[in-house]
Amino acid sequence: MQLVCPAGNLPALQAAVDAGANAVYAGFRDQTNARAFPGLNFSDDELRAGIRYAHARNARVYLALNTYPDSARLKDWHAAVDKAAALGADAIIAAEMAVLDYAARTHPALPRHLSVQGSATTAPALRYAHERFGISRAVLPRVLSLQQVERLCEKSPVALEVFAFGSLCIMVEGRCQLSSYVTGASPNRHGVCSPAKFVRWDEQADGSRSVRLNGVLIDRFEPEEPAGYPTVCKGRFKVGNEVFHALEEPTSLNTMELLPRLKQIGVVALKIEGRQRGVAYVDSVTRTWRKAIDQVMADDARWQLRPEWQAELSRHAEGHQTTLGPYHRAWH
Amino acid sequence: MKLSLGPLQYFWPRERTLAFYREAIDWPVDIVYLGETVCSKRRELRTLEWLALAEELAASGKQIVLSTLALIEAEAELSVLDRQVSHGGFWIEANDLSAVQSCREKGRPFVAGPSLNVYNHRALAMLAEDGLRRWVPGVEQGRALIGELKDAFVADGGAMPELEMIAWGRLPLSYSARCFTARALDVPKDQCGFRCIDYPDGMPLATREGRPLLRINGISVQGEETTDLGPELHQLRALGVNILRLYPQAEGMEAVVRHFDAACAGIEIPPRIGERNGYWHGEPGMRMPA
Repeated sequence: MQLVCPAGNLPALQAAVDAGANAVYAGFRDQTNARAFPGLNFSDDELRAGIRYAHARNARVYLALNTYPDSARLKDWHAAVDKAAALGADAIIAAEMAVLDYAARTHPALPRHLSVQGSATTAPALRYAHERFGISRAVLPRVLSLQQVERLCEKSPVALEVFAFGSLCIMVEGRCQLSSYVTGASPNRHGVCSPAKFVRWDEQADGSRSVRLNGVLIDRFEPEEPAGYPTVCKGRFKVGNEVFHALEEPTSLNTMELLPRLKQIGVVALKIEGRQRGVAYVDSVTRTWRKAIDQVMADDARWQLRPEWQAELSRHAEGHQTTLGPYHRAWH
Repeated sequence: MKLSLGPLQYFWPRERTLAFYREAIDWPVDIVYLGETVCSKRRELRTLEWLALAEELAASGKQIVLSTLALIEAEAELSVLDRQVSHGGFWIEANDLSAVQSCREKGRPFVAGPSLNVYNHRALAMLAEDGLRRWVPGVEQGRALIGELKDAFVADGGAMPELEMIAWGRLPLSYSARCFTARALDVPKDQCGFRCIDYPDGMPLATREGRPLLRINGISVQGEETTDLGPELHQLRALGVNILRLYPQAEGMEAVVRHFDAACAGIEIPPRIGERNGYWHGEPGMRMPA
């Protein structure tokens, strides 16, 4: 079972490789990937250096080209595919049909993974991407229960990768327009969600704070209350007479307790979310998962979840809270 | 310009649903989309009953299209899809890749629904090879983006499939494994009691300062505003839009249909009866705060 870790920049890539990642995923410094944040991602030279660093240590580099180009910008995504191939990336991770098709026709030897943004949740959907674009792996959206993942592992024509840890999108990836609706900045089109330029914090005289996204009140916080990043899905809203986290609390996905099961059902890779996070996160989370995976691969029957692993992961979770998310039926 | 009734996004009691569509036989709509697109647990009408209703409505001369679930996770949901596609008598509105693949494997014509991600001319051309006959763009694509796509499609030598725009109704914005209606009512999804039947236009969600923002509708979230592209009718025509999609709502649907029918028959710009859709103009979809 491969450990696939986030590399938002060159130091994070090196940290992930040093900490035991089997592969890292990275993006170019533009809208061709779903973490198109300021100060993040790779120039061509940085990527070249990153690939050299990873390959020298037997780790792979996957290029995320997982946004949805419109017709006018499609050539930029084609150029990004060409560049990924020229720089020696080990695979591209893409969601959009035209990008996958171009890659399949132009660089057939460059493996193609279907991104989580491709929203494939069933065997027929995976067959489509396999038959149409020759994908060799798919990353599953964070909506399926463990039983559903298991059934897909049996029926999928391609290897499957699942999210193991990190910030939790509660909507089907690739099919959420909440940021787009409120700000016009779209995860699918622009590779961003609720970008900082639309965020406004206001502090009142009593120390309480409110946060707005393009003018829309997402939440208010008491003076000592911890405040998370204001994506629409993690705000507090009024439904009926109640004010609560109507869609989701600020929390992170953590599937570590499922590790033996994920191994047994044949998941080939575990993905850690967080290209927007710093070196400390990447280093610590990668090391923790490396240890847990090594032990489960050695003996899954006697594998035990160590409290110190969970404590370490919780330190890096949103709101210091973690959930099994959709893998566990009660979350739904 | 033709008019369509988009699939019913909400959960209504069986009799109300049947009565709505039987009334619609006499409305000036050319196309009716039938089927459950949001939650497979909504079974006031079972698949066979949707199919029977489709056959009944087809006899009135309207084109009937069977709409598929936007998010398919379970085997039982795949078998519903299989029955819809295998029926063979109707086009399919494919709302995810499973439905596209199913139509492709069985050689059935399909409409790409708005929850299928089609953002450029190459994707549309590939789907056309797979059997696509009509395209309903995703909600965030407006006049400029669709125009560019169309130009590129035609420049490649393609014959543009029919183009259908959402012209009336709340925009479907997102889908999740979680049921937000059950969450709001503090009941588990597996024992939800089908409570969304009590919210025939969805459940309003407002900001903490009382600004209406979204509608909770089972596993989906919609924008609060009932969008209206009627006043943009000239632009829709100029873009080559063939069909205006009107989403069913609990009350007053016939008046909405007749309003659009009159607008399409006339040359005057119709008055605005819903909210402006920012997406059409290349802006955020929501109504901007004053």
